Amino acid sequence: MNNLVKGNTGDWEIVIGIEVHAQIISNSKLFSGSSTSFGADHNTQVSFVDAGMPGMLPVINSVCVEQAIKTGLGLNAKINNFSIFDRKNYFYPDLPQGYQISQFEQPIVGNGMITIDLDNGESKNIGIERLHLEQDAGKSLHDQHPSYSFVDLNRSGVALMEIVSMPDMRSPEEAQTYVKKLRNIMKYLQTCDGNMEEGSLRADINVSVRKPGDDLGTRCEIKNVNSIKFIGQAIDYEAKRQINLIEKGDLIEQQTRLFDPKKGQTRSMRSKEDSHDYRYFPDPDLLPLTFTDEFVDELKKTLPELPDIRKKRFIEDYDLSSYDSNILVSEKETADYFEAAAENSNPKLVCNWVIGELFSVLNKINKTIEDCPIKAEDLGELVNLIDNETITGRIAKDVFEIMLDTGENPASIVDANNMKQVNDLSEIESVIDKIIENNPDQVNALSEKPNLIGWFVGQVMKETQGKANPKTVNEILGKKLLKKG
Amino acid sequence: MKKLTELCLYDAREGLLNKDFTSKELVLDHIEAMESSRSLNAFITETPEIAIKSAENSDLRFNKGTNRDLEGIPIGVKDMFCTKGVLTSASSKMLSNFIPPYESTVTNNLWNEGAILLGKLNNDEFAMGSSNETSFYGPVINPWKGNNNEQNLVPGGSSGGSSASVAANISLGALGTDTGGSIRQPASFTGTVGLKPTYGRCSRWGIIAFASSLDQAGPITRNVRDNAILLKNMCSHDPKDTTSSSKKIPNFEESIGNSVKGLKVGIPNEFFQEGMSDEIIDIWNKGKEWLKKSGAEIIDISLPNTKYALPCYYIIAPAEASSNLARYDGVRFGHSVNSSDINEMYKATRSEGFGDEVKRRIMIGTYVLSSGYYDAYYLKAQKVRSLITEDYNKVFNSVDVILTPSTPSSAFGLNEKSDDPLSMYLNDIFTVPVNLAGLPAISVPAGLDSNGLPLGLQLIGKPFEEETIYSFAKVIEDSANFKNIENQWWVQ
Repeated sequence: MNNLVKGNTGDWEIVIGIEVHAQIISNSKLFSGSSTSFGADHNTQVSFVDAGMPGMLPVINSVCVEQAIKTGLGLNAKINNFSIFDRKNYFYPDLPQGYQISQFEQPIVGNGMITIDLDNGESKNIGIERLHLEQDAGKSLHDQHPSYSFVDLNRSGVALMEIVSMPDMRSPEEAQTYVKKLRNIMKYLQTCDGNMEEGSLRADINVSVRKPGDDLGTRCEIKNVNSIKFIGQAIDYEAKRQINLIEKGDLIEQQTRLFDPKKGQTRSMRSKEDSHDYRYFPDPDLLPLTFTDEFVDELKKTLPELPDIRKKRFIEDYDLSSYDSNILVSEKETADYFEAAAENSNPKLVCNWVIGELFSVLNKINKTIEDCPIKAEDLGELVNLIDNETITGRIAKDVFEIMLDTGENPASIVDANNMKQVNDLSEIESVIDKIIENNPDQVNALSEKPNLIGWFVGQVMKETQGKANPKTVNEILGKKLLKKG
Repeated sequence: MKKLTELCLYDAREGLLNKDFTSKELVLDHIEAMESSRSLNAFITETPEIAIKSAENSDLRFNKGTNRDLEGIPIGVKDMFCTKGVLTSASSKMLSNFIPPYESTVTNNLWNEGAILLGKLNNDEFAMGSSNETSFYGPVINPWKGNNNEQNLVPGGSSGGSSASVAANISLGALGTDTGGSIRQPASFTGTVGLKPTYGRCSRWGIIAFASSLDQAGPITRNVRDNAILLKNMCSHDPKDTTSSSKKIPNFEESIGNSVKGLKVGIPNEFFQEGMSDEIIDIWNKGKEWLKKSGAEIIDISLPNTKYALPCYYIIAPAEASSNLARYDGVRFGHSVNSSDINEMYKATRSEGFGDEVKRRIMIGTYVLSSGYYDAYYLKAQKVRSLITEDYNKVFNSVDVILTPSTPSSAFGLNEKSDDPLSMYLNDIFTVPVNLAGLPAISVPAGLDSNGLPLGLQLIGKPFEEETIYSFAKVIEDSANFKNIENQWWVQ
């Protein structure tokens, strides 16, 4: 696959590595008992530890450790039974201790690998360099007072996993697919909710460009990109910026940059010379983090089915195509919805409805499958009504619209609106006879244009408000009209 | 009637149990001593109201028979321990307005056993110093003076308020913290008994951190038995401090009086310092003789990496301190200087809030952790620290305790060394290796020098074998027959 970008001096290759900061799903913070729930009033979820009060000490939350190990397992990565917490020292008002507790040289998770499926049907392996545990900082609020900045420490100390990829991605699409896949794996594992709007998942993107075959170019890091769309835009912009600079004869300066979603541009935040000296050293308040192989094995047993395995199962058990299965499993919620809907229905039909009607309607009303107004079981029932010829496919679309508006059950909608399919041979035949009788010109034209049979089908449907069994209609029309011709 | 302040902690406890006097009487005598001894500047905050109220409560408990192990015993607490609702300054301008909303685990343990807070004791700023001269609240004066000499002496540091208050009979015992000798050196300078327990014996939760991997709380008392009684009530396994030990806590007092016959005492060659005074060598030799007489075997040992301990310590301790003290930024608590620019605010707050010695150590610490210097300093120091620990591990295969002098000299004069940080740092030469190795060690008064000033001997033990140390310390105490100061010149 050709991912090269055309420049004035020829083709360029983009090289992308990503650091994802994923907030761990846990009731309390990494080193304190404070709550982690989102949206609480400022500074209401802050313990003395989180506020960096004198004499306070961190105590590791074992749930967060388990979550990191599970995620590591989900990334097919090496789990390190011995890891060390380090202090990353810098001053900032929303960093109460004056350092962030992180892991530097010995992280809890080492090398791993995940496979991404691209739109063109190809797959690609993306290497994971490491995953480590760290604390989040608080939040500075600059819009609360004309001359003061405020600090909210609710986030201070919340557990994050930093997941660092190898520089294995070569296009914005690959980068987006990688982050989506990573997010999906963590959602399956229930280790991160992946909610980018609430900041549960942020990406720092390292971008460099080079002529194919050359050594790696100088990279720039785009900090804190918080949507899949922005990831694509930021890389696009940044790669073009770098190519333009190099083609003008300039050098790329190693920088930390910010993406401005309004302008669709990246801008410099600080250059390498201004970068902090974080003075990392092992945190003397915390013993090395150790656990046994047995502990990891026990956790392994609790892992849920992950997307790659689920996809395989969908292909095998439901006889779905690889393409359709991939679409279904690429969001855990979609796959869950599909399976709930398909439980007592025809899986292939359900799949078509989910990927077709449901996706387009959700897109139109700007909702996700999680808050879909149609219950999965109801969609299954709708498919059953079509499958057992209670309603026609055309009527089904009307029922679907009503379900969407009212959230009602399809069977009762069909009953209430008298939408059942007409299967009665004589009833359909009499409608057809009437149409033939009233339209002699069309009947005559049929011998020239056999396609006109479709017009007759339409007339029958119109007459029966779409309820006539289309198979029966076709059969009778064929017998009556085509025989004549 | 004899003043109740002349009793030691053990005798006071006995007296209370026998109902010879009430806790309130005991506390009132100590409050009077505290108030009449202000010239020593041992206390930053006096808490007589808390003490009297607690004493009344203790007396009720004695009457009901629900008295606890330290019921009604007034003690002083170094200002590094956070005490709920009571100023905890670390003797720094930075925290001169800091009233913690929480209580340190160690002090909480003591209050739960009935001990009574008399007040908060002066110390070197953030426990950085060996003379108690770096305190924002001014120096503490040693109750001891040289023969025919009016010069004021330092009480040692950083727990100078603790050692002075115990030596001056103001408190029955005091809490100190020891990062490089801050309990043992002041104990040696004031003729008191000071123990630094094994790292992890006492919880560090709620103690203002100086160097987390070295800091340890410990008791300063007038005799060995008192020390054991106080220590027992300080220790606990604390889930809030992951470096605190879950080892069973013995009744240390039971080891007092245990024979040391047949036990082995190591004398490390490397502690013979070039230019060491004859008086120090004499007292060390006396110590050896006493222990030998009690049936212990004296063995020459080698701790080859001792010479690296001081430089190693002065890399690791400042490194940790530079990070531990980063939280004092004026944003949430403590001293704060307003500015429209955040960096200016930091600069002004920290320039005003910290004293020179603290700044010096923050700068050293920041330097040794900086990129490009980390490997040469901090990392190397960590490796040296492992070697030093290894030295002790090896030696402890063949001896039960190690005997050394506590300090290279007796107490020196006020302002004598305050402009010379290097000679000040040399005060810790015998105590620092113990912190690096995480071992327990005690300083016991062993006699007076020719100037009439106390000299201490240090006993270093195996990890979590404070009991052995106490047994040996009691032997030295009995042999030395050390007498506390008689002339209370400072009382006003």
